[in-house]
Amino acid sequence: MTTIPATRYETVIGLEVHVQLLTERKMFCGCSAAYSDAPPNTHVCPICMALPGVLPVINRKAIEYTVMTALALHCEIPAFSKFDRKNYPYPDLLKGYQISQFDLPLSQNGWIEIQVEGAEPRRIGVTRCHLEEDTARLTHKNDGGETYSLIDMNRSGVPLMEIVGDPDLRSPEEARAYLVKLQRILRYIGVSKANMEEGNFRCDANISLRSFGETELGSKVEVKNMNSFRAVYNALHSEVIRQTAELDAGHRIPQETRGWIEADGGSTVSQRSKEEAHDYRYFPEPDLPPITLDAAYVDAVRAKLPELPDAKMARFERDYGLAAYEANLLTETRAKADFFEQAVAPAKQKGEDARSRYAHQIANWMVGDFVRLLNASSLDIADSKVNPVDLYGMIDLIEQGTISGKIAKTVFEEMFATGKPPAAIISDLGLEQISGSDEISGIVDGVLDANPKAVEDFHAGKQEAVKFLVGQAMRVTRGRANPETLTGILIAKLEAKG
Amino acid sequence: MADLYYLTIEEAAGLLAKREISSRELTQAVIERIAAVEPRVRAYLAMTTERALAQADSADARIAAGERGRLLGVPVAIKDLLTTKGIATTCGSKMLQNFVPPYDATVVSRLFDAGAVMVGKTNMDEFAMGSSTENSAYHVTHNPWDLTRVPGGSSGGSAAAVAAGEAIYSLGSDTGGSIRQPAALCGVVGMKPTYGRVSRYGLVAFASSLDQVGPFTRTVRDMATVLNAICGHDASDSTSAPLDVPDFTADLEKGVKGLRIGVPKEYMPATLDAGVRARVDEALAALEAQGAIVDRDVALPSTEAALAVYYIIAPSEASANLARYDGVKYGFSYQQGEGMWDNMEKTRGCGFGAEVKRRIMIGTYALSSGYYDAYYLKAQKVRTVIRREFDAAFEKYDALVAPVTPTTAFKIGEKTADPFEMYLNDVFTLPVNIAGLPGISVPAGFVDGLPVGLQVIGKPFDEAMVLRVARGYEQTAAWGAKRPPL
Repeated sequence: MTTIPATRYETVIGLEVHVQLLTERKMFCGCSAAYSDAPPNTHVCPICMALPGVLPVINRKAIEYTVMTALALHCEIPAFSKFDRKNYPYPDLLKGYQISQFDLPLSQNGWIEIQVEGAEPRRIGVTRCHLEEDTARLTHKNDGGETYSLIDMNRSGVPLMEIVGDPDLRSPEEARAYLVKLQRILRYIGVSKANMEEGNFRCDANISLRSFGETELGSKVEVKNMNSFRAVYNALHSEVIRQTAELDAGHRIPQETRGWIEADGGSTVSQRSKEEAHDYRYFPEPDLPPITLDAAYVDAVRAKLPELPDAKMARFERDYGLAAYEANLLTETRAKADFFEQAVAPAKQKGEDARSRYAHQIANWMVGDFVRLLNASSLDIADSKVNPVDLYGMIDLIEQGTISGKIAKTVFEEMFATGKPPAAIISDLGLEQISGSDEISGIVDGVLDANPKAVEDFHAGKQEAVKFLVGQAMRVTRGRANPETLTGILIAKLEAKG
Repeated sequence: MADLYYLTIEEAAGLLAKREISSRELTQAVIERIAAVEPRVRAYLAMTTERALAQADSADARIAAGERGRLLGVPVAIKDLLTTKGIATTCGSKMLQNFVPPYDATVVSRLFDAGAVMVGKTNMDEFAMGSSTENSAYHVTHNPWDLTRVPGGSSGGSAAAVAAGEAIYSLGSDTGGSIRQPAALCGVVGMKPTYGRVSRYGLVAFASSLDQVGPFTRTVRDMATVLNAICGHDASDSTSAPLDVPDFTADLEKGVKGLRIGVPKEYMPATLDAGVRARVDEALAALEAQGAIVDRDVALPSTEAALAVYYIIAPSEASANLARYDGVKYGFSYQQGEGMWDNMEKTRGCGFGAEVKRRIMIGTYALSSGYYDAYYLKAQKVRTVIRREFDAAFEKYDALVAPVTPTTAFKIGEKTADPFEMYLNDVFTLPVNIAGLPGISVPAGFVDGLPVGLQVIGKPFDEAMVLRVARGYEQTAAWGAKRPPL
């Protein structure tokens, strides 16, 4: 991909994110919202099929999840909110209108803090966070020229939260950072799986360019059809290049909707002009009473919020003396952070220095070998067999000199594969470090006898011979010899021979 | 014994309780009456005879087992706008010709639980849009008092069925007068309870903020009985009021002595039919004679705006409510077109009648970007003004009394050419929907052999007072006992 040339244009991006909520039931009926593996049209009832005569009933859990999200995004929660009908005809919208929120959303005026590498943290405004319902899913078929579409109504009426961001983002990198942070927050508070590839986290982007110093927004292009963070980044990147070229050529950018096409390096193509845009004819939903949320309710929801990613990361840096890089990786998910804290917990009784040393060691293992093994087996940390306390135990064994750091790698792999505690693995596989001088002395004698050439080299002044002999001793002991003790005894014996 | 099919609910329940008749006999009598007069009246879209007899037998078994209930074993007719599980529900539209709902409306299941026997689904203006039942996609219903005239609408079938002895009582729906107006024109009691008093779940929506289910009966006492069965909160309808429901029969006989009755002068305009005015004046005199304090000079100045408000709000809501009929999921489906959009458009073009399409277009226009503030939003503001005027009146009066319709039943075909002329029929009833109030039409005599209705309007959720005043008047006249010359 070509890099974005330095231009006289400032990029302005605002993201609209739709998130399916993890409620047990759908937004306005009693059907199960967990439809992902279900056969088509099995999670349906008269209400979500929009049969004549049915009425919606608000799912209170969805309201709670939206308020939770809004609070995590520092939004205001107005005391009065309402649902509206958004009218447009399409076969996947079974009622012919979507119950959504227009002028009085559940929340507004929040922000998300993002940071891209090498820059200061920035607050990106959140215009609003409101609640609506998902549509049915269409599958388009072509049987030997005969085209038709199938409708699966399982998704119809699943609670959908829309998070509209202010046009505060200034680059595709910032857009990606915003999405990563938003996803992390949503997963922390447990309101959504927030997985773009699975379609429960969807993103549309509004992007425009303007001359630096200009305060008015340029005409915006809405980009759709992106189904991964990578796709969002690539689509925005390609759109910046396209719009820059257009402006440089003296063309106006028409306001339109464009779709991202992944193929052939990726490009956006025009889908719909401003003139073809829908008039949604919003009006208040007469089948639902307005929503009033008092301060007591909001406080009660606030009390349910867990520690959020930013706060946790700051605490990890402060309390455990971790670097920002490590703290960031360890707070990626709540499961990771919890694992770390459980692993580090037994070190609490130790002195501050030791505690910090243990924390660093545990962090190293977690962002290193552990992540590598998890990725290789496509496992989530929550599903791994490794017990956090055992990771601590393994670090403890290294600290005590029972095993070397090198042996620990083998031990950890075994822990990962079997879930056994480190002590058991060490004794089963005979991996204890050999530190006794007598034992090591015997081994060294054997090595010196077997390698007279190396001994000769040493006395001829070749220091590398020590390395070679240590290596030979390690081979004999399968790496278990305490390296310091071994090297000390070896050199002493060599010098004595001379 | 009088003809069984003209019994009141009260009489029928008494005979059934004493086991002097069985529900099967009563049901059979109604079915035979239907066979005799239905070719002339055409109140029904579909008969459910077999099921009715099965329900009658089951009611008889419950009675034999010692169970008693006012509605147990009594035949009812249901407007074809209320969903009935396993029985086609067409809404008087070609669009839903073959639509068989998989669920019962809440009111229907409440009646069935009480042991009601459903004899059939009644004719109506398509999707409840009309005031004469001439907008039915199927056939015209005739007024039992004069077969050349309309029964009113949109619940014309339900009103005519009760008037003609084709049901002991019936259910209809009232969005702008669709129960009270046909009740008045057919000489039966018809009531629209307070918005939120009766569940709308299973009532196929026309205008969601105005629609309300209500009964047609032969007496006010029967009205109270049916309301007792169908009113009350329903968790499936978020707009249904979570309020306790009083026993509506409790205060019925308390009389009107000392009650303050207001008559809004806007409801007695110079253009009011002289015969109707005379009947209303007589009714007011009768109430005064019973000791009511009648004030004929009440002002509800925004009344004249009500028609405009109604014809913005109702079509706006309808334009969304009827969007689901696209031929994709159920009902009529045009499939010979050029692809999806063409089929969807032609489904709606062919499936809906002219009045429905007119209202969808009015509503779509009123909600359109650039027009919303001038129409829909303004209409909602005026709606609030109308509601406040009623609120203020109810600080001074226990109930308001007015005519139901400007005229008696008009000739079939007389007003079909001019939609606006048709809309004017509801000028005295639709303000009550706009304000969400309870209103009843009770028979108040005849003009040239055609029935006239008296409207009693009450405070929100004060159905008991409305019924008490209506009953107080009914006692002085009992016009409802008169039968049409069929």
